[in-house]
Amino acid sequence: MSKTSRSQVTVPATAKKNSIIEIRAIVQHDMESGFRYTESGKLIPRDIIRVFTCSYNEVEVFKADFYPGIGANPLIIFTTIATESGTLEFKWLGDDGYEAAHQARITVS
Amino acid sequence: MTVMKLLIKHVLQFHKSSVHVVIYLRRITLCCSILLAATASMAAPQGAINSKQSSYELMTAENKAMQDDPSLNPAMFWVAEGESLWQTKSGPKNIACTSCHGDAKKSMRGIATQLPKMINGKLQTLEGQINQCRSAQQGAPVLPYESKELLALTAYVAIQSKGMPIAVKETPANQGQLKKGQQWFQERMGQLNLSCAQCHEDRAGLKLGGSLIPQGHPNAYPIYRLEWQTLGSVQRRLRNCMSGVRAQQFEYGSPEMAQLELFLMWRARGMPLEAPGVRP
Repeated sequence: MSKTSRSQVTVPATAKKNSIIEIRAIVQHDMESGFRYTESGKLIPRDIIRVFTCSYNEVEVFKADFYPGIGANPLIIFTTIATESGTLEFKWLGDDGYEAAHQARITVS
Repeated sequence: MTVMKLLIKHVLQFHKSSVHVVIYLRRITLCCSILLAATASMAAPQGAINSKQSSYELMTAENKAMQDDPSLNPAMFWVAEGESLWQTKSGPKNIACTSCHGDAKKSMRGIATQLPKMINGKLQTLEGQINQCRSAQQGAPVLPYESKELLALTAYVAIQSKGMPIAVKETPANQGQLKKGQQWFQERMGQLNLSCAQCHEDRAGLKLGGSLIPQGHPNAYPIYRLEWQTLGSVQRRLRNCMSGVRAQQFEYGSPEMAQLELFLMWRARGMPLEAPGVRP
């Protein structure tokens, strides 16, 4: 069973060719580190996002591995070069079959 | 037969008006001890501190940016969820919020700045009124406090009043409740025997353990608190404070909570609503 959640991505709609663009991606996820216990002493299993990737016209331009220390609802801000017009695809993969995706279009002139 | 006398005198000075609370303790050996407690007289509802300051001003630039920018504010996820729940049918009558209230942008505008208020003889907070509508109008089960659904709807309704000044006024209808709320604010509570006013009125702007003490206005709720790593209500925050002074916490949705919330909103009147806010 695959679970998902809302995501929000900020990408400039247009950019000059070969300029540096800033991308912000945030996704909703409560994150459970796997180190916490319930009041009765039972370990709460880890439930985190493991990987975040950004593909620009199907070429991976950014990847981040997350570990149990990652905060909830993680925000990632990164830059890339605006090479050509096309689609940016964002993907988040996590424990228990978690998958979230988002797309954005950019026009490069 | 020796007589031991112990005299302890406490003098409390409240802001502006001179209200004195004096406690004498006297102990006599071999006989029973006599404890005398003088009563405290409350002044008429006093104004808030001279200039109201939102705890937004105490945040770092990064946190302020997180609150101001919808693309960075995690609370917007709950607002999106709330927008979806607003349309979701529920209960045996199969109706949604929108069935009666239509477009929330119009019908809910200004609502969050007026609550808590007396509705049909009962003091209702925003969460309380949402649940009242769910049970009485939709016939749907009430949403538990701090549940994702209730927080989402609260955030969605609150954001419709973003930027508007808090408009809770003293009226003949809420006067009694407002007075009670003020008492909760000014009375000492808990093992640490502290009142809200002692920190948030008398010592606002000073430090407690390295952190600046805010005036404690509820003008940004519901907030995404970084400490909680999630969205939370004003009642959750008030319970935190009560736990901090080791007091018996008010129950979620209780009349005491509503009275305290009413007083706090009245105290913050005129301040713009920042909901949904981000706080450290």
